[in-house]
Amino acid sequence: MKLLKILAAALFAVSLMASTGQAQVKVGVYLPLTGQNAFGGQLELDGINLAAGTLPEVLGQKVELVVMDNKSDKVESANAVRRLIENDKVVAIIGTYGSSLALAGGEVAEASKIPVVGTSCTNPLVTQGKTYYFRACFIDPYQGAGAATYAVKNLSAKKAALLTDVSNDYAVGLSEFFKRSFLALGGEIVAELKYNSGDQDFTAQLTEIISKAPDVMFMPAYFAEGGIIMKQARELGATFRIMGGDAMDNPETVSIAGEAAEGFIHTSFPYDSNMPDMNAEAKAFTEAWKKANPDKEPNVNAALGYASYVMVLDAITRAGSADPAAITTALAATKDLNTPLGLLTLDKDHNPQMPVGIIEIKDGKRAYLGEITPE
Amino acid sequence: MTVELFIQNVFNALTVGSLYALIAIGYTMVYGILRFINFAHGDIFMAGAYLIFFIAFHLSWPIAAILAIAGSSLLGILVDQTAYRPLRDAPRISALISAIGVSFFLENLALVVFTGLPRPAVQPKWMVDPIVVGGVHILPLTFLVPVVTAVLVLGLLWIVHRTRPGLAMRAISRDIETTRLMGVSIDRIIALTFGLGSALAAAAGIMWAMRYPQIHPFMGVIPGFKAFIAAVVGGIGSIQGAVMGGLLLGTVEVMAVAFNPTLSGYRDAFAFVLLIVILLFLPTGLVGEKIKDKI
Repeated sequence: MKLLKILAAALFAVSLMASTGQAQVKVGVYLPLTGQNAFGGQLELDGINLAAGTLPEVLGQKVELVVMDNKSDKVESANAVRRLIENDKVVAIIGTYGSSLALAGGEVAEASKIPVVGTSCTNPLVTQGKTYYFRACFIDPYQGAGAATYAVKNLSAKKAALLTDVSNDYAVGLSEFFKRSFLALGGEIVAELKYNSGDQDFTAQLTEIISKAPDVMFMPAYFAEGGIIMKQARELGATFRIMGGDAMDNPETVSIAGEAAEGFIHTSFPYDSNMPDMNAEAKAFTEAWKKANPDKEPNVNAALGYASYVMVLDAITRAGSADPAAITTALAATKDLNTPLGLLTLDKDHNPQMPVGIIEIKDGKRAYLGEITPE
Repeated sequence: MTVELFIQNVFNALTVGSLYALIAIGYTMVYGILRFINFAHGDIFMAGAYLIFFIAFHLSWPIAAILAIAGSSLLGILVDQTAYRPLRDAPRISALISAIGVSFFLENLALVVFTGLPRPAVQPKWMVDPIVVGGVHILPLTFLVPVVTAVLVLGLLWIVHRTRPGLAMRAISRDIETTRLMGVSIDRIIALTFGLGSALAAAAGIMWAMRYPQIHPFMGVIPGFKAFIAAVVGGIGSIQGAVMGGLLLGTVEVMAVAFNPTLSGYRDAFAFVLLIVILLFLPTGLVGEKIKDKI
């Protein structure tokens, strides 16, 4: 009984402290911290935390991050956003890695009129026709066109094959955009094979693709499946070049695929810790990251997380208030904002324009080949 | 389709089919004795893959495989002792729900302990360096998996048919009460059954990780599910049936894509429609008997 009284007193004291404490701006974060996409989600969270450490205050108030794990699951993603809005009363949300997850979460945010800044959800539908969804990354038509342009111009590819995860919005979109650009640039698509998320055996699809002898195979998979696909392709004797999207930008790609990853090319966002000419903001980010995580290389997902946080804070500052409606209006007007990914300006569909980075796996390491502007 | 392409696909099918078969045997064996589907089987499979992942860092590969299998056996016995044994006399549905609970528990435990990050599996090089014969690429693993499956099946059949504990297992599968009255220690025999079933799951997990070198907490869900279906199609309770069901499922999956490349997204739909048709005509599966010795 006595214990109970002490507890009650303690609770009361804590609540008193909270209510009399400094006013806070609550910003929600929803990311896949467990499950299939955990790796990317975790890196983006690291980037957001790094940014929050650098810019802890806005309008004289402390920023409080409320982090939710969407578990790489569409239903959990919608739940996470709902909880952030209804339970934690956040004024803005950052997230998420994964377009499927963003589409699920976006529905909830749209209905509740809370602005969201997407980190690396690249499918056009995430922001298309939405009032409250914005993003810090380019979109897949652009990325797919970038990959196709590189394949045709730099690799002189004439025949391409596609291997697509049909249960993933990101992969379906990216394949479609690659195909459109590749055809427009005079190439030919010789095979279009499909699989479902969670499949582990791609030998039947790959055998078919190999029989069509393409110059490149475009495979917009996530790294976990992508690594296995590359491995099985080489085991079956494939000699063509394999290409992928930004979801392959992960050190695990090489650790899973091993030698099979050699020569693999993928598109990514225009940030890399080894890029030749880095802008001031990217340099600042890289240094801050190295200080905070001495044993981890800064990665593009972390840069995107960082940029998303910077976007939200910039919008709150320009809006002059932490009101969700005002933040939304300010976000839509984001212009020439300094981020590690270059100057960020949002277009009418809430998408920034930025060049596409090209990365190749050489001697088991990622090499940043440069940037390409899609045709 | 050229002959070469067809032969390549036959080998593709053999690899995946024999892996399904290896997992399916564990399901069918526990079912044969206890009339109960051990839904945690796929998660023991995952545990086997993780165990070898960690042990093979320190020890040579064959020793790691044996230790991983032994460790998974103990895990299987532990699961039986804690989650199924107290429910031995409860309605069968209770044990089934308990099994689903164990499955979720193991998956989430692995998620907490190992995180959701997929990890690369250890692959002995000689297993995955393809042999090229007339344009057909075959992995040594493709031959190894059916051999391992065959050895394990023969070993299992020997235990079940030629040893005293095996005799007790067969007796339990016919009539658990009478067997108990004959003085057989039921719980010890059932623990042995789970130990063997889990060893098979771990062996399958290890082989699976060799073929698809990526380990994550949910890796057992889909293969486990498919192997369960293979076991049912083959005739659940029958070891030979499980092998046939596994090979059939692998073949259908690969050939569905090979013959309909444009419809490859519907691979699972093709495979499962065919399996439903088989069950419509043979409700007890390919080699399922009505009620007889089920193992």
